[in-house]
Amino acid sequence: MSLNAFITEETIAGDDDGPLAGKRVAVKDNISTEGVRTTCGSAMLESYVPPYDATVVDRVKAAGATIVGKANMDEFGMGGTTETSAYGATKNPVDEGHVPGGSSGGSAAAVAAGEADLALGSDTGGSVRNPAAFCGVVGIKPTYGLVSRYGLVAYANSLEQIGPIAGNVEDAAALLDVISGPDPRDSTTRFDGGGEGNGNDADTGSDADAGNDVNAHPATDSNYAAAADGDVDGTTIGVVTDLLDGADDRVVERFEAALDDLRAQGAETVEVSLDSVEHAVQAYYVIAMSEASSNLARFDGVRYGKSGGYEGNWNDAFARAREEGFGEEVKRRILLGTFALSAGYHDKYYKKAQDARAWVKRDFDDAFERADVLATPTMPVLPPKLGESLDDPLQLYLMDANTVPVNLANLPAISVPAGEADGLPVGLQLIGPKFGEEAIVRAASAVEN
Amino acid sequence: MSETPVDAEDVEHVAELARVDLDDEEVDAFTAQFAEILEYFEALDEVPEVESEADLVNVMRPDEIRESLSQEDALRNAAETEDGYFKGPRVS
Repeated sequence: MSLNAFITEETIAGDDDGPLAGKRVAVKDNISTEGVRTTCGSAMLESYVPPYDATVVDRVKAAGATIVGKANMDEFGMGGTTETSAYGATKNPVDEGHVPGGSSGGSAAAVAAGEADLALGSDTGGSVRNPAAFCGVVGIKPTYGLVSRYGLVAYANSLEQIGPIAGNVEDAAALLDVISGPDPRDSTTRFDGGGEGNGNDADTGSDADAGNDVNAHPATDSNYAAAADGDVDGTTIGVVTDLLDGADDRVVERFEAALDDLRAQGAETVEVSLDSVEHAVQAYYVIAMSEASSNLARFDGVRYGKSGGYEGNWNDAFARAREEGFGEEVKRRILLGTFALSAGYHDKYYKKAQDARAWVKRDFDDAFERADVLATPTMPVLPPKLGESLDDPLQLYLMDANTVPVNLANLPAISVPAGEADGLPVGLQLIGPKFGEEAIVRAASAVEN
Repeated sequence: MSETPVDAEDVEHVAELARVDLDDEEVDAFTAQFAEILEYFEALDEVPEVESEADLVNVMRPDEIRESLSQEDALRNAAETEDGYFKGPRVS
């Protein structure tokens, strides 16, 4: 049976040579591919064909990889199970009765099933790490600004990064080497000299010239694949105790076993507590939904998107097109985001969420005074059964508790397999300081030892 | 007890602001869900005011004319066009 990992299967040949020569790459269907339809898992964009390539697609092709298809996903990246796609749910290749996680579920499933060697996903609140954990593969959410977002169909700009998925840490890191770097087309890629663990970059980039120095981008002199050397001796790993309390016992057991293994290899563990994470999920959803309500306003059925017909005035036609084109979860988030930004509620929800975001950042900064990297289970639960979790949106939002703090703080994190429980994969998440990709890649590669 | 009870009228009002038509069934479902979700969001009231420093710097480039999409490419995904323009419904 097909896993429904791809929305569009299409071979896009890359250059003849390069570091990814001979590799097959699945690309999440919210990343633009010139001449190949890009639906974002939505009926709204069923026939949308981008006239240009995303920067990451350019780079993957130039590195010699062959793109094998556009991977299935939760509609516009909104969901944690790849069940909200307008093109049907993807199945988890480890156990087809279960979800592959989301929203980059097609990307992770394609890799886990061997239908692609590598994949690109996007991670707004955990959408690369979650399906990587549920499918038993590796996923990296890069530091905000490391990878260009040009050509990624926006859901929540301030939170999302494109990230690699692969069967092992070294391959994921090698794909990160290819896609990272400055891009003049994306002003959110970093030009300001923030090196590994450099939390103080307020003094750089103060004039336009310094701000445009491509050599100041943290990916310029990095080699993430080489960091996958398995050497964790002397590393201090902070265990985030707040995120263990609500987790499934079977998940915690695998997590503890993986930590034992890292200690046996010479790592030291310390307990860290982050008071702010208790409010991270609420802050994340308020910010993400608010940004989504603005970003998705462009889908009006006129410039692109499914047309609602031309009777009545613009507002009626627009509202009809959007009723027809958007699925339930997308409507839910647009409406909640519109509500959170509306008169009388802005200070209560949006402003408070920004305070919580700043608090989460500060908590992480403090934690990195005591630890080189932080560890949590990637997901607090095992992969749910298909159809099991769709009816209760709040329950689904709570599943993101361990991943969303990382996006709020703009930090890098990796999910690496930590064994199985009841035949289903469990992921270990390692979080690094800003631009600390090499540190998390190194520690994650030791989990594979 | 929620400080922001949501009724069907509120949901319909927000849907109008967001330009999303909803059928009656959706209005009912969203009304119940929004009450629950917004009550959960109320935990944000406990968050202290936290000073946040701007994390990003502006990136500027000279304002030079560069290549861009052709008009034909830019119009390629529109359902209807006329004389090189998007064709849409009446504005009011």
